[in-house]
Amino acid sequence: MMSGAAAPPGEPAMREQILTAYRWMLLGRISDEKYASLYLAGGKIYGGVFIGKGQEAVSVATAMALNKGDIYAPLIRDQAGRLAFGESLLDATRTYMGSRLGPMRGRDGNVHRGKPREGYMAMISHLGAMISVVSGALIARRAKGDTAAIGAVSLGEGGTSTGAFHEAMNQAAIEKLPLLVVVTNNQYAYSTPTSRQFACKNLADRAAGYGIEGHTIEYGNDLAACLEVIGGAAKRARDGHGPQLIVTSVLRLSGHGEHDTAEYVPESLKNSKTGADCMQVTEQAILARGLATAADLERWRAQAVLQVEEAVATARREPAPDPDADDWCALATPHLADGFNNGCQ
Amino acid sequence: MSITYLDAIREAQARALAEDSRVYIYGQDVGAFGGAFKATKYLATQFPGRVLDAPISEDAMVGSAIGAAIEGMRPIIEMQYADFSTVGFNQIVNNAATLYWRTQTKCPIVIRLPSGGTPGSGPFHSQSMEALYATYPGLVVMTPATVEDAYSMLLEAVEIDDPVIFCEHKYLYYHLKADALPTEAMPTGKARIARAGRDATVVTYSAMVHEALAMAEELAREGTEIEVVDLRSIKPLDTDTVLASVARTGRLLAVGEAWPWGGVTAEVVARVACDGYNLLDTAPMRLNAKETPVPFHPNLWGTHRPTARTIAQAVRELLRR
Repeated sequence: MMSGAAAPPGEPAMREQILTAYRWMLLGRISDEKYASLYLAGGKIYGGVFIGKGQEAVSVATAMALNKGDIYAPLIRDQAGRLAFGESLLDATRTYMGSRLGPMRGRDGNVHRGKPREGYMAMISHLGAMISVVSGALIARRAKGDTAAIGAVSLGEGGTSTGAFHEAMNQAAIEKLPLLVVVTNNQYAYSTPTSRQFACKNLADRAAGYGIEGHTIEYGNDLAACLEVIGGAAKRARDGHGPQLIVTSVLRLSGHGEHDTAEYVPESLKNSKTGADCMQVTEQAILARGLATAADLERWRAQAVLQVEEAVATARREPAPDPDADDWCALATPHLADGFNNGCQ
Repeated sequence: MSITYLDAIREAQARALAEDSRVYIYGQDVGAFGGAFKATKYLATQFPGRVLDAPISEDAMVGSAIGAAIEGMRPIIEMQYADFSTVGFNQIVNNAATLYWRTQTKCPIVIRLPSGGTPGSGPFHSQSMEALYATYPGLVVMTPATVEDAYSMLLEAVEIDDPVIFCEHKYLYYHLKADALPTEAMPTGKARIARAGRDATVVTYSAMVHEALAMAEELAREGTEIEVVDLRSIKPLDTDTVLASVARTGRLLAVGEAWPWGGVTAEVVARVACDGYNLLDTAPMRLNAKETPVPFHPNLWGTHRPTARTIAQAVRELLRR
């Protein structure tokens, strides 16, 4: 579990923060790529694979702005952020590989995993829906006298087009909740470009309409900027300044899912500054600033590869869900299950 | 003292707020104003900070209730009208209803739906949504028909560790009265024999129970004894009590105020046909609202939904079969 990025850190603290973030990004990237290759190999992964390639910097910066006890609702491109928030790599891998021992026990898969009672929300597919859920958790915390906690929700630019987004932003503003809404504009919602998604100049401008504070990170592949802006927004939220809308631009460096070859993304965008890979940008910055050596980077990569291989090997050996052992009961109060559902009592 | 169905709902909420600090009420105009129907009258004053006005955002109302429930609260959400719950439908059926099964996290929320038709309410303030919610696993759907059930089932709903869709009928709010609040209650999941009879069984719920009882009274004067079963909750649906009644009478009419395609009456007939075919002396019947939106003008509305008169016609046909 990471500590928050409160005040602008001094040089040693900044080095520590950048390198910690980089290593979570690396673990996210390598595990995502492993899941993708297992998916493309066929038969080893259940369901689709949706990876966060290109979004690791903003994802990790969001999770690192949170403390233990805070609330986090990641979305489909937050493998790196989930790990940085404290999810075990094994649990993540189990969910992809259908292990009965994973947090969802085979009942739900891949990016839908979570442990809500530990402040780690389990997303549904309907975009914008998790914002008000985090708001409700924060309302409950406030009612219980816990004013230290904040919440963070991850969203893409496509999710901002939903009614749920608007309702929840307005509600959070009314309640003045300590909520971060981090919108990563990755240029495409599945195949739909931003020109068909919204008509405003900058999605962060919407903050003014809700009466909340807005922040823009011009390049979401700039880890230092992500850490500084999201960390600063988290501090604003903790200090009682209400919801914070943070918007950044990156390029999704994959298809929507691994089934999608994303041929609709033009070369010009891939070659732009927005299109640069945050891993490379961060590695270059680390080396240029002398925060670590090339040998360090190589060693960390090898360690991450090993961790991922171990998690996959472990999850692969674990038992699959057993339909005969499932209680097939959707209720926490089984005596209220309807009589036609024979497995329920 | 006389207690209306609406009073019972208010009193149940007052008691839940008083007895359990985890309970709070959230809905449009429920605060100082006391709710569109006054189901939360004075509660905001009595329980400061726990009866909260919501923006017109049904999705966010339900979403925030889910988050609060995850954190251990027990929210009651008032939809101003059942009809508006469609705006919160996604959160109810996809988020609240799946949460426990997916994550083993309890989701104890109550969503109150002022349901059903009243004269002059029209297409968007009259709907009966119960079957829509009942089709989704993970929800409990209550449809109280009496003052006693409105009180005791709402109290039970707050204690249940699952999302409960509480369909309270607006037509009964002021019409229905009892002498006192109940001191004991039937558990949810058990249907009630509202009137015993030997010649035919009418299975119904909510406001239609009273139309069915009026019909039974009328037919009793002609020497025909009709048994009326009040389902009380449609999910779970007490098939055993229905089958036991059909075993006594041999004839079944299922009556509902909702639309005819699918729904509670179809479910009741399907269950009896599948599990009690040999109990039936003749083909079962269904009576529902007409297959149009709910009309505005009282003349049209009174014909759109089943009434004691049309239920009596249906029962007479059932007895001739």
